[in-house]
Amino acid sequence: MSELLYTDKLSVGYGEKTVVRDIALAAKPGQVLCLIGPNGAGKSTLLKTLMGALSPTGGAVYLDGRELRAYHERELARVSSAVLTTRPEPELMTAAEVVAVGRYPYTGRLGIPTEEDRRIVRETMVKVGVSQLADADFSLLSDGQRQRVLLARALCQQPRLLILDEPTSFLDIHHKLDFLQLIRELVGGGGLAVIMSMHELELAQRFADTLLCIRDGRVDRVGSPEEVFSGSYIEQLYDIENGSYDALAGTAEAPRVEGKLRVFVIGGGGSGIPLYRKLRRLGIPFAAGVLPENDLDLPTARALAAVVITDRANETVSAEKVNEALKVLKTCEHVVCTTGFGSVNLENRRLLDCAKAHNMLVSADEFK
Amino acid sequence: MSDKRQKRIRLCFLLLAVSVLLLGALNLVTGSTSIGAGELWRALFSGERDSSAGRILWNIRLPRLLASAVLGGALAVSGFLLQTFFANPIAGPFVLGISSGAKLTVALAMIACLGRGVVMNSWGMIGAAFLGALLVMGFVLLAAGRTRGMARLIVCGVMIGYICSAVTDFAVTFADDSNIVNLHYWSMGSFAGVSWDALGTASLAVFLSLAFCVLLIKPMTAWQLGEGYAKSMGVDLRRFRVAIIGLSSLLSACVTAFAGPISFVGIAVPQLMKLLFKTAKPAVMLPACFLGGAGFCLGCDLLARTLFAPTELAIGSVTAIFGAPVVIWMLLHRDREARL
Repeated sequence: MSELLYTDKLSVGYGEKTVVRDIALAAKPGQVLCLIGPNGAGKSTLLKTLMGALSPTGGAVYLDGRELRAYHERELARVSSAVLTTRPEPELMTAAEVVAVGRYPYTGRLGIPTEEDRRIVRETMVKVGVSQLADADFSLLSDGQRQRVLLARALCQQPRLLILDEPTSFLDIHHKLDFLQLIRELVGGGGLAVIMSMHELELAQRFADTLLCIRDGRVDRVGSPEEVFSGSYIEQLYDIENGSYDALAGTAEAPRVEGKLRVFVIGGGGSGIPLYRKLRRLGIPFAAGVLPENDLDLPTARALAAVVITDRANETVSAEKVNEALKVLKTCEHVVCTTGFGSVNLENRRLLDCAKAHNMLVSADEFK
Repeated sequence: MSDKRQKRIRLCFLLLAVSVLLLGALNLVTGSTSIGAGELWRALFSGERDSSAGRILWNIRLPRLLASAVLGGALAVSGFLLQTFFANPIAGPFVLGISSGAKLTVALAMIACLGRGVVMNSWGMIGAAFLGALLVMGFVLLAAGRTRGMARLIVCGVMIGYICSAVTDFAVTFADDSNIVNLHYWSMGSFAGVSWDALGTASLAVFLSLAFCVLLIKPMTAWQLGEGYAKSMGVDLRRFRVAIIGLSSLLSACVTAFAGPISFVGIAVPQLMKLLFKTAKPAVMLPACFLGGAGFCLGCDLLARTLFAPTELAIGSVTAIFGAPVVIWMLLHRDREARL
């Protein structure tokens, strides 16, 4: 598949000041390219340059084989359109009127829409699922509805390249998913290339075909979500020192609390996660175990517990590891058990018995 | 747009047109000298100018009412352009100091000409007013570039307006005695002194400007979504800015040159029209504001002439009494737009 847009040694910035240099990127029809990186890394600056609102400080952008600066404004607006981070507050405009503005590059000098323009506006609103809002006042719409209306506006330009600057930032999780699913559907047709920036890593991971990571004024890494979300790369990209980010699960955790152990959690299978987070919130140092290496509890326990006792994956918990855990348990003040017992973790039952014997067992609700 | 809205817009235009005609007719038949309607009718259609009715009609009432209509309409359109450009519902040529700037340069030009015994022609007046309007606009734009706060923009404009008015007052005070009466009268604002010649010039300038405004309808619609979106759709921002600033300045300059500073028409009328039409579409607002401004000024001039006849009120006082409450009402009712 050939690239619709690519850059050659592109540097972007404002005036004399270059923010990101030496960028090589490519956007292909039918694919979503997603820019991620810390705040202020230059994602918006790059997007503005790709949409032609900013001139490159070096290098060039090629759209459909031609350099971007060779395009006439109107011609460019027929190939590429955008949803920006600015929140338009037009006075007394209906949603349909906002969408119809997207026909700008096609209408004549007086902006009078033809029957064809009207049809495209109607059809686009149906496609994006906002046709029932046609006569509603745009400024009274919810954030989710607004974003869809603005997307419909952008699509009315009948673009081959759609640029979205943090399109989901104002939306709740339901609308984030809806919006991104819609983008995937639009891209699925094969004719549209999408470049967008996002802060929601777990969503970028799920909805992008290619991720472009910007950090310290350069493109740090480009690749598929599988390539980028591996190891501790994300923690490195965002300089996460205060906490941790689990790239596989897509979850962020606060830094663990160190200090004298107070609580031992017998968890497993995900049952301990809420308690780990609660103890972290309360600032109580705790230990967790014994967890098999592939237990659902483990990423969170690793991130938050001062001590974690683990055993091999896919195996029953061994007596030897439980003995090790018992030593740790005895240094604690309280024990909480969040799990039941089966053939895999049967040995852990000894931890519970020991806690009962020493009168250390409490319920998770005790901690407030 | 739904049929209901279309219907509402057509109905509103009809209402406006009828009001303008009605107010025009009222202006024609009322005055300090009472003349019968029949007599006026004959004078109007026979074109006869020698009888007393004919003189009053052709030399006083008709040019005055046409001036109120054309200049009032121009002022309202200028206000609409400024409100759209600054995305600020209380922008207008008067609050932004543009009218006062125009007043200052016209006063200075008049004094300079009168001092040399030359009478300035209509185009000279418009030119002087346009220069003043543009100078103030330049200052306001500099201020707007430094601050995103819309309230500050208005405060800047009002302050610049005060400075210009103060300098104008100095100039008027130190002008030759013989000039003062004329100048003082004009600097209060009035449609009374507009001659047929001046009216012709003003109308030409106003209608030419309006023709260019029609070309701004399309980019203004895109601009209403914000600068970024306008640019992304291919609006030539530099040309658009120059055009909208130039046209709004020229329109308010025409008014100031011939009728002096007239406050609140530029703010209040576009707001009233948006309320009436329930839309801010430039294609609707442009003609609506012109008609609305014409009607508003015809009504206000009628009151200025008749309320305490034979004493005449300054037109600016009457427009302020009706216009300012609209602005106050708006400020109180538009809290949801936290931009102010």
